[in-house]
Amino acid sequence: MVHNSAQLIACHDCDLLQREIPLKPGCAASCSRCGAVLYRNATDSIERTLAYTLAAAVLFVIANVFPIFAIEVQGAHSAINLLGAVRSLWDQQMQFISLLVFLTTILIPALELITMTYLLLPLKFSRVPAGYTHFLRMMQIVEPWGMVEVFMLGVLVSLVKLTSSFKVIPGVALWSFGCLTLLLAAAAAAFSARDVWARLDRKPGEEVAAWPI
Amino acid sequence: MADMTQSAAGQGLCSCHVCNLVSKRERASVAAHCPRCGASLHFRKPGSVSRCWALLIAAYILYIPANLLTIMETGSLFSYRKDTIISGVVELWRTGSWVIAIIVFIASVTIPLLKLISLTLLLVTVQRRSRWHPRQRTRLYRLVELVGRWSMLDIYVVTLLAALVQLGSMATVKAGPAALAFGAVVVLTMFASMQFDPRLIWDPLQKERTP
Repeated sequence: MVHNSAQLIACHDCDLLQREIPLKPGCAASCSRCGAVLYRNATDSIERTLAYTLAAAVLFVIANVFPIFAIEVQGAHSAINLLGAVRSLWDQQMQFISLLVFLTTILIPALELITMTYLLLPLKFSRVPAGYTHFLRMMQIVEPWGMVEVFMLGVLVSLVKLTSSFKVIPGVALWSFGCLTLLLAAAAAAFSARDVWARLDRKPGEEVAAWPI
Repeated sequence: MADMTQSAAGQGLCSCHVCNLVSKRERASVAAHCPRCGASLHFRKPGSVSRCWALLIAAYILYIPANLLTIMETGSLFSYRKDTIISGVVELWRTGSWVIAIIVFIASVTIPLLKLISLTLLLVTVQRRSRWHPRQRTRLYRLVELVGRWSMLDIYVVTLLAALVQLGSMATVKAGPAALAFGAVVVLTMFASMQFDPRLIWDPLQKERTP
């Protein structure tokens, strides 16, 4: 049942029914009616996404532990890391904003990295992670709320605003956030849920087969 | 035989919103589940238009305090000022940070307005079953989805400044009530655009109606 209809694809933006065609590596198929990207042939999607994800996880820890930047004015000194900023805002009676920042820059990126590793690491070694449908669904739900790249721009704007009145000392986490942004973008570009489903559809012990055309 | 010039829903085929598998679904009245991943199947997102309207109207209401109230208070020995979103941008422009002023203007003024107006336009045309430029309207929806998150910029800037600049009488930055309203606008419009189903734009063009 799964394989008979797997060759059909309905555009997620306009619902036009289309037939999947094989693609050259690096190419993408787009909907013939509305132009939405339907799927792409990402070579070694799982391996590359896993590599970017693991690298991003290391930087994520560094970015959260070390200070982003510090300011100095007439001997007074103040430095923050991300969690410190969240806590400080909580103490200033801005709980909603504090929670929003905590979710979008700490909790959800962390969840994404953990889920991605949990799904892809077993798949890399041809094992099926338990409860994968729930994790793939969760990835889909949380994905729009991870906003590390927006936060990075926020850090840069704050830097410029601060330099007009203070001496600003950039911290380790500033560079880590920069690299983390790039790695998360690379992981998102390399990830293809379609490839994960295709790999999960394969029966254990079955040879590497292309998605049925 | 499946018709490749028509929508899947018109032929009783339903695309899973989790794993994208297309499967046969006889009647819309009976609950069905995806044969591959077990997610419940819907031809269209349930209650899309009314949920989107509700979230959008809430966002419109909060957009007013978000722009009228103070987003950031800056105090030091020599000066004290309260900034709204717009006056913050003007101040950046006046002090010569043109690039930053433009970035903040786009993220905090242009994008929220674009989202509110675009979603209103999309909802009205979908409700009228309009056949007007469906491809352009789908593109507009994709743009809204793509840029929506960037309005969080101002929230992050306020957070960082308010947390860092706590030097007592020397310099203090406080987040104002507009930050709360603006944060809510961003979250509500993101939920609204997630609730909207772009496939509704194309339904009036189908020969067969969704069963």
